[in-house]
Amino acid sequence: MTALLTVLLAPLAGAVALALLRAPQAAGWLNIATSAVSFGASAVLAWQIAGTDEIIGFGLRVDAFNVYLVVLTTFVGLTTAVFSRPYMLHVCAQGRVGPGRLRLYHAMYQVFLFTMLLALTTDNLGVLWVAVEGATLATVLLVSLYRTPEAIEAAWKYFILCGVGIALALFGTVLVYYTAQHVLADPTAGLTWSALLTVADRLHPDVMALAFVFLLVGYGTKVGLVPMHQWLPDAHSEGPTPVSAVLSGLLLNVALYAVVRLKMLVDGSLAATDNPHLAGQLLMGFGLVSFLVAVLFLHRQRDIKRLFSYSSIEHMGLMTFAFGVGGPLATFGALLHMLVHSLTKSAIFITVGHATHLAGTQSIDHIRGLIRTQPAIGWSLLIGVAAIAGFPPFGIFTSEFLLLTATMQAQPWFAGVLLTGLAIAFAGLFRHLHPMVYGPAPEGQHRVPANMLPVVIHLGLVLWLGLAIPDFLARWLDQAATLITGVPLL
Amino acid sequence: MLAQVPILQQWLLLLAAFVLFSSFVLLAQARLVSAIHAFAWQGGLVAAVTLVVALAEQSSHLYFSALLTLVLKALLIPWMLHRLTRRLRIERETESLRRPALAIMAAVALVIFSYWLVLPMVEQDLTFTRNLVAISLAVVLIGLLMMVLRQQAVAQVLGFMSIENGLFLAAVSATGGMPLIVELGVAFDVLVAMVLFGIFFFQIRDSIDSLDVDRLNRLTETPEEGP
Amino acid sequence: MADLVTPWPWALVIAQGFLCAALAPWLVGWVRLIKARLQNRRGPSVWQAYRDLYKLFAKEARVAHTASPLFRLAPYLVFAATWLAAAIVPLVVVNLPTAAIADMIVLVGLLALARVFLALAGMDVGTAFGGQGASREMLIAALAEPALLVAIFTLAMTAHSTNLASVIDYQLAADIIVRPSFLFALGGLLLLAIAETGRIPVDNPSTHLELTMVHEAMILEYSGRHLALMEWAAQIKLLLYGALIANLFVPWGIATDLSVTGLTLGLVAIVVKLALLGAALAIAETVLAKMRLFRVPDYLNLALLLALLGLLIHVILEVGT
Repeated sequence: MTALLTVLLAPLAGAVALALLRAPQAAGWLNIATSAVSFGASAVLAWQIAGTDEIIGFGLRVDAFNVYLVVLTTFVGLTTAVFSRPYMLHVCAQGRVGPGRLRLYHAMYQVFLFTMLLALTTDNLGVLWVAVEGATLATVLLVSLYRTPEAIEAAWKYFILCGVGIALALFGTVLVYYTAQHVLADPTAGLTWSALLTVADRLHPDVMALAFVFLLVGYGTKVGLVPMHQWLPDAHSEGPTPVSAVLSGLLLNVALYAVVRLKMLVDGSLAATDNPHLAGQLLMGFGLVSFLVAVLFLHRQRDIKRLFSYSSIEHMGLMTFAFGVGGPLATFGALLHMLVHSLTKSAIFITVGHATHLAGTQSIDHIRGLIRTQPAIGWSLLIGVAAIAGFPPFGIFTSEFLLLTATMQAQPWFAGVLLTGLAIAFAGLFRHLHPMVYGPAPEGQHRVPANMLPVVIHLGLVLWLGLAIPDFLARWLDQAATLITGVPLL
Repeated sequence: MLAQVPILQQWLLLLAAFVLFSSFVLLAQARLVSAIHAFAWQGGLVAAVTLVVALAEQSSHLYFSALLTLVLKALLIPWMLHRLTRRLRIERETESLRRPALAIMAAVALVIFSYWLVLPMVEQDLTFTRNLVAISLAVVLIGLLMMVLRQQAVAQVLGFMSIENGLFLAAVSATGGMPLIVELGVAFDVLVAMVLFGIFFFQIRDSIDSLDVDRLNRLTETPEEGP
Repeated sequence: MADLVTPWPWALVIAQGFLCAALAPWLVGWVRLIKARLQNRRGPSVWQAYRDLYKLFAKEARVAHTASPLFRLAPYLVFAATWLAAAIVPLVVVNLPTAAIADMIVLVGLLALARVFLALAGMDVGTAFGGQGASREMLIAALAEPALLVAIFTLAMTAHSTNLASVIDYQLAADIIVRPSFLFALGGLLLLAIAETGRIPVDNPSTHLELTMVHEAMILEYSGRHLALMEWAAQIKLLLYGALIANLFVPWGIATDLSVTGLTLGLVAIVVKLALLGAALAIAETVLAKMRLFRVPDYLNLALLLALLGLLIHVILEVGT
């Protein structure tokens, strides 16, 4: 319990301290320290969970499913903080942001981590909503941090789209609460997820189906599902790079987590009706459309951060599809994919941040010869993209292999579509990547100070996961998959 | 106590009907300041609905949420918007919809759609609750329509806030109010969102010299190469 | 239904019809008087409208040499249709024999008939103003009639009948309850009544300004008894709408049986209701400004919206509760 509270309260305390701290140098270190405390506590929490299955208290609930996301969130939060300290100082030195806005950045970074950890650990659907909305509010100012017209436009779009989407999710939450009132002995517990799960089979199926449509559209907006994805490439491309890294690596995961939690309730409620897999079918539909649209859009991008944000949509679509397919294998694959995608994508965004500093632009056409000017960046980008495109021996290959196997079992036709999509995505990524990494370096392109440690750690982990999933992680994910599907895999 | 409930329910229906009407007024209102007033009225009506439900259920926490809604939605947010329009010097701005009759008819269609959508709830419960859920869903959808049709940033925010009103109405009328902690959280989020919107108005005006968000169009799928 | 064939109710029907025609100039005079008082004028007496009609009837009717027979016929048709429509609306007593044969749709149809002939007569002579007035009248009618029907349907759906007498009976029988749908229908009907009877802010009955006039433009070529009939028909129409709104939404006081006390009470009630409505109209006309013709569609759309909302709210909120 103490560990859980530390995980949550460290970012909150850090946010307050960072809001007050006026020294930019020290703020970067404090940001790292706060994230490190939170990460350490989450590791302890994970160790505790391994012994006790679940921890419940203060309206919070941690089980196998969310604890691994908590660890992932704090970990990526930590490594991104490590990356962002010199990066933001560099941006500050360029004069793109002043010290005041840097203070805002650091404070909001921690608030963002807090809201996401709260969303992951809370047992209350209402608090989940409040936390996800809070994450929007915290990041919207980060997206517009540079105050360029493009950044403001991106932030406005992000704010409005996610605000509206999340409002629809609240309507779905109200519907769930409404139908729970008729079932639960204690009606005030009508938003408590664990209480709802025990009575899921008695929740009114029609109302739950309607609620799930609203919830899927609502939280799906934050997942970046097509056609509610419009905000995502803009917000990623115009925000500061560390923000892109945490948006892609963490926020999308948290939103997907919310959808999956709610799917568990709906599945329980619809089990006895004519159409027990309605939620899964919806997820498959949205996931597949998002996957295919994003794959095609990959080819048309000219901005490097937009390119990788479409890649994020592609992978979120893939995971949504996998959760929709259901079954322990697909779910296991999707959970693993959440993990490796987060690690890889945040590593890529960190590398891209350095690459844009090196080239002085985000335009793909003007980033050239990375590997000649600064081999570390060039190689990192190359390896990162190879990993994200699903090359063996990286972890994404493993998870995609599992996903495809499961799809082949359940829906053979879709496996072909997925394979074709992955091939197109691969072509789209490498066609842009090749000139950027190789190609002749433009005159006067200099090396930039780069901190490649987070990238090395992330990609190393992804490689490790590709070669051999450690036993404890496999058990962990299996527990989570069992929780979601009710059937153990291992 | 029971004898009073039908009368209270009648008042509830009347107030809900007026909330829906205020949504239409908000949608069609061209003058910004009048739209803000319409929004304030809507907030007041939602607070009144909450109060009536609180009276019917004798629930102390609903009295509190009625007060919260009144202060937040009917007084504080309209006041903030008023102040913002004054400081942005757009009090006199008007923006008429391109095809007002069509917009109104679309909104009417949305009302019918939301009624159809909540029909499944009829089996479970009093039709009474379902009716109010239909009205609140209609308010939500009309707010959405307003955000789609309006180009003016302040008007879009009004649409956003009226969506929140619809959600609150749904929560109060269908379930007798969410747990207090959730309600406080939502209210806090709305307030923070309002403050952020205020900041954004100034940022947008500084960047495009107007609050017409249709002119925020620099980001497209394949941006043209600069010279 | 046996008592329906006895002569006594039929006599009442005819009496009520004449009462309609007789009360109509009074209502117009009353509105003018209140308006004058609100504008700090002494104003003409209530009976001035009767004197005007009498004067016109006494004068010779001149007809333009380009006019067709339709032009001569139109005043009689317009007057007859409007009067018949007014006779259908229960004024003093409900459940008269006419109630069984005439319902709301017929009422709307009769008014439309009158309007068609009015517009045809306006165009007949071929002057610019007549055609202009007719086209404006038709613009208003095209927007107002759907709204009128929707508002009436709201009432009809509640009472499960399009019969005016049944609706009033239903209203009288029900407890006093708050019906949001009726409020919206009432709002819509009030706006429509103003548009249909050519009052401010849609039309101004007391000016002949070519830019704005609608009704006056159509009857510009009439004189003598023709003009008197046209004016009288317009006055009856005002009374008709007043009685319709008063008795449909606030039916209390109307006689339900044929006893003398009931009838007397009914007469007093309707006069009081009409007086109040007339006063409200006068106040509204004093406060509001005439709107531009281009704004009239917006105004009528509002009326349609109110009527539609009434209907929707009836379906959503009231059915089943």
